[in-house]
Amino acid sequence: MNILKTLAIGIAALGLSAPAAMADWQPRKPIDFVIMAGPGGGADQIARFIQSVVEKKDMTSRPLIPNNKGGGSGAESLIWLNDANDANHTLLVTLNSFFATPIRQPELGIDIQTFTPVAMMGVDPFALWVHKDSGIETFEQWVETVKAADGEYVVGGTGTGQEDSIVFAYLSKAYDLKLKYIPFDGGGAVAAALAGQQIMATVNNPAEARGFYQSGDVRPLLVFSDERMESYPDAPTLKEQGHDFSYYNQRAIVGAPGMSDEAATYYQDLFAEVYNSEEWQGYMEKESLSPLWMDADEQRGYWKIQVDNHNDLLTGMK
Amino acid sequence: MEILSLLGDGMLVAIQPLNLMLILIGVTLGLFIGAMPGLGSVNGVAILLPVTFLVPPGSAIIFLAAIYYGAMYGGAISSITLGIPGASTAVATTFDGRPLAMMGKARLALVAAAIGSFVGGTVANVLFTGFAPLLATVALSFGPPEIFALMLLAFATFVGLGGDDIAKTVFSICFGLVLATVGFDQVSGAPRLLLFDLSGFLGGISFLVLAIGVYGIGEMLWTLESTRGKITTTDAKMSVKGIVEDMGETARKGWKGTATGSFLGFFVGVLPAAGATPASLMSYAITKMLSKNKHEFGKGHVGGVAAPEAGNNSASTGSMLPMLTLGIPGSPTTAILLGGMVIWGLTPGPRLFVDEPDFVWGLIGSFYVSNIFALLVNICAIPLFIWMLRMPFTVLAPLIFVLSVVGGYAAMQDMFDIWLILAFGFGAFFLRKFDYPLAPAVLAIVLGPIAEPTLRQSLLLSSGDPSIFFTRPISMPIMVIAILLILMPAFKYLRPRRTSAAE
Repeated sequence: MNILKTLAIGIAALGLSAPAAMADWQPRKPIDFVIMAGPGGGADQIARFIQSVVEKKDMTSRPLIPNNKGGGSGAESLIWLNDANDANHTLLVTLNSFFATPIRQPELGIDIQTFTPVAMMGVDPFALWVHKDSGIETFEQWVETVKAADGEYVVGGTGTGQEDSIVFAYLSKAYDLKLKYIPFDGGGAVAAALAGQQIMATVNNPAEARGFYQSGDVRPLLVFSDERMESYPDAPTLKEQGHDFSYYNQRAIVGAPGMSDEAATYYQDLFAEVYNSEEWQGYMEKESLSPLWMDADEQRGYWKIQVDNHNDLLTGMK
Repeated sequence: MEILSLLGDGMLVAIQPLNLMLILIGVTLGLFIGAMPGLGSVNGVAILLPVTFLVPPGSAIIFLAAIYYGAMYGGAISSITLGIPGASTAVATTFDGRPLAMMGKARLALVAAAIGSFVGGTVANVLFTGFAPLLATVALSFGPPEIFALMLLAFATFVGLGGDDIAKTVFSICFGLVLATVGFDQVSGAPRLLLFDLSGFLGGISFLVLAIGVYGIGEMLWTLESTRGKITTTDAKMSVKGIVEDMGETARKGWKGTATGSFLGFFVGVLPAAGATPASLMSYAITKMLSKNKHEFGKGHVGGVAAPEAGNNSASTGSMLPMLTLGIPGSPTTAILLGGMVIWGLTPGPRLFVDEPDFVWGLIGSFYVSNIFALLVNICAIPLFIWMLRMPFTVLAPLIFVLSVVGGYAAMQDMFDIWLILAFGFGAFFLRKFDYPLAPAVLAIVLGPIAEPTLRQSLLLSSGDPSIFFTRPISMPIMVIAILLILMPAFKYLRPRRTSAAE
């Protein structure tokens, strides 16, 4: 009896003293690093890059394990996070489906404001690409070509209702164009389909189109950023064309709902370290990402604005 | 000639002491990773990716490619000895590998798998060396209609796969196709067939889960039932002479399968979105279709082991091609390799062969070296695997059960998958009791997720006009062959009736 009592008190004491001794929260098992897209696209590349930086610099005591859950325009990953068994060890690498998918599919019951903001790593601009054999040199020519094709102009992008289709939907509305939109499984497949001329235009992110841009197979005609991009100085912005529209893909890390404050602080510090690393800064420059650091409160504000924007854009698409 | 000198340089890179050591470690690790159910090359490469930061990029990808290679060899081992596919790429190897083992010919099956893998790998390496840039262009010309036509061709070969009862084969294909649609729809993003509203179905049914259930648990139950609890051991004696004899038998009976698998596998591997699993299944189906002794397949034909193994090794080399030259991964494993390349600062794309020749040719050179090493390590390890089979089935059955459950959990770390494995295991057992062929269902769940989106993309392209499949130069001949194959049983059915009427 005595022994049991002593043991019980001892265990209780351990239990009490443990959190105090470990004021710094640390992950206790491998971290489920969920990716909101299939393998090979922009989000996937970024997730694996971040994983490698964390491994190389030994920033965590437990590894990040990338886990592709791209199904249903990211719905699969949102539900996975919402129902996470262990909120303190579940992170999501997001893109804009984070905003768009819950709006398009209210039946999923996802409220993104319950998720835990961790880090905004940067934003990825979009550009309009055509194949070099199309002979199209300027955006004006492109608009003429599409109009002349009268509904037979084929463009490709990621799933319907995802970023690419939103950009194309805006373009077709602004210029009164008829486009045939073919959805593919991820940005890598879209880039290859354009290189093989299965489709006539895409709005890939610079990172996705880079291989075929370097080889000269594809050409940027227009960018959807606020300013012209350094990598493509000759491509005008849509704003210069007189339309007040810019669109970026968010490259942000989000924690599962119900993550403890200690764990959230730990991950926020971790990703701040990744963000400030030479590797990440170099990656953003090489892949033409725009730096855009935000802390947790700023992210929540940004989410609100983006949800409103996407509400308008998606209503406009119907 | 220029290619040969580049390849020579690449070989020199591959046989540098560091790289040679990495290749040896990689293929050995890969062999065991592949042999463990649930731990496929995907997991192996993912787990070991961080290790590669210790060495230069060229050596890193050589190491990972060696693991990939080793795992392709290793997957066959548990398929043959335990009847549980070690990896999804080795499912087709169970079709004939397991029956051979049950007949006491496990050694022959293992040798056939090793030889098939080696030949498949070698053919693929030669094709890769000689025609990489050309094939990359061909792969780009495969749009949605072409890929759909190819999938239809694969489905057409199933009809020959299920045996005589075509109705049951068609049922099995349809059943597999239905299972393949579970989860989110790629085109519209809508969730489909979430049976009983279980959120576990959101991610779709993983192919590995189905395969472990059907072939691990289902096969175990079947063996238990057919032996009625009698203690059975598989007799397989080991000797060097025996291995040499088996090599001879593989060459005689398995050469057709090996050749089919080597060439078909490479081609399927090169196509984006396909990969080694469809390649091995299609190699099996086509080898069986072309064989004169169709009835022997599924009961222990050497060609039925050599074909899928040649196919998956060939395809694993082939799938490196779209990864390197187009930046699209042909399989989940190459997706991780692709991630690795981004980290090492290399941009996959058409320029890679020009900008980074040392890297590319070092990698190609390492394929040749890895292939030889993998063969040697595998042959040396055969006695070890045969020894496992000496265990009585009363010991082996619980072991299979545990490995199936653990392997199923390891893949996605989701308890839901384990319940599915058990359900599929029991379901498969009963379907088998009623003589339903299971292979077509397994094939359908692999190819369904490729066929469905490409069909819909094609029809979107043509605004709903199916003639798109017959007006494009590559898809047209493939479609015609596929349709003829599907109609063949009908012709066969009509012909004997006509002759009997004439009598």
